[in-house]
Amino acid sequence: MSNINRREFLKILGIGAFIGLGGWSLFEVVGRGEIEAFVERYRKAPEALHAKRWAMVIDLKKLNPKIINDCTEACHRIHNVPKILNPKEEIKWIWEEKFKNAFPELKDEYMAPEIKNMSVLVLCNHCENPPCVRVCPTKATFKRKDGIVMMDMHRCIGCRFCMAGCPYGARSFNWRDPRQYVKNENPEFPFRMKGVVEKCTFCYERIDRGLPPACVEVSNGAIIYGDIADPNSEVRKVLSSNFAIRRKAKLGTKPSVYYLI
Amino acid sequence: MLYDGGKIVFGLLIFIVFVTLPFTLSIGKEYYKPKVEINTPQIMKLPEAERKCVESKEFMRREHMKMLIDWRDAVVREGKTLYVNSQGKTFNMSLQNTCMHCHSNKSKFCDECHNYVKVKPYCWDCHIEPKENIKKEAGL
Repeated sequence: MSNINRREFLKILGIGAFIGLGGWSLFEVVGRGEIEAFVERYRKAPEALHAKRWAMVIDLKKLNPKIINDCTEACHRIHNVPKILNPKEEIKWIWEEKFKNAFPELKDEYMAPEIKNMSVLVLCNHCENPPCVRVCPTKATFKRKDGIVMMDMHRCIGCRFCMAGCPYGARSFNWRDPRQYVKNENPEFPFRMKGVVEKCTFCYERIDRGLPPACVEVSNGAIIYGDIADPNSEVRKVLSSNFAIRRKAKLGTKPSVYYLI
Repeated sequence: MLYDGGKIVFGLLIFIVFVTLPFTLSIGKEYYKPKVEINTPQIMKLPEAERKCVESKEFMRREHMKMLIDWRDAVVREGKTLYVNSQGKTFNMSLQNTCMHCHSNKSKFCDECHNYVKVKPYCWDCHIEPKENIKKEAGL
């Protein structure tokens, strides 16, 4: 550094002054708190599952009463969903529906009764164009970047616009405090309170910890899930080699739950 | 000279005595202070050097309510479940599974101060509080 010339010296001086003054004034103006906020304090778990758009394929041929029961039981147990028998007040995240009711637009006069009365597992369709999200006045229900239509129970005011908006009846309103209707509570998951709307959340809490949705896990292969935006995913492979239908697709909500018949 | 000076001074004296009554009456008496207990089995199990909350005691006292709101937004709205604290240590962000795992004594930890300052957070409308062996206090 002994043979430093005038030009070099001025350069170093300039850079030094810039960093010194600039750095200091940044500290003064922006403040410590804001600088700390830039540091990433919240992170996704490394094991979390990622997708552009999550989707599910339910194979109706593989469904049987045991699998249907296992799926609803597992889902409702881990999410502390209350078991209220009165159909006007019941809460359901995933449930059994007759084919003719799940797919009313496909109902035909001469449809075979086996098909008409076939059991179908129905749940929130996690639509690409979800009407419930559009009508929610508090953004309590919103679409995550990975396509999951989520509920933020902290923000729900119980207006039930989303229930009116959802064409699938996938949402339930808590008419009473659900606590007394849950026998064996899962201490790792919260309850909801009286006056909020709830529904399937695609097991976001499991996805974010690297686990598949609970219904997929216990379905014995009848339900598969994956990233529908990824051409190599399992759901895309199944959809490209099978005929699949979606519930009320003509409404334009673009459901993410497909059914193989 | 003050008109009716005696009466005015006497009245003022009565006023001062009356106003300071809450202070004079409590002289010598013990003040009620919230007694927060942090000696739960889960905390005592940890080696002494690791008996620390996610941030410093002072920070938690001052900011825990803000922190819980930020945690909630990060987990529910952004799907981020891990918190990196000022020491670079990572924690799972969960009131039910992280905070209350150590502070399993809600009635002697949360409620002690919240009752003292008369605030009623609505966390427990939905979140499940740890099972305590002590009976719930009436009215809670």
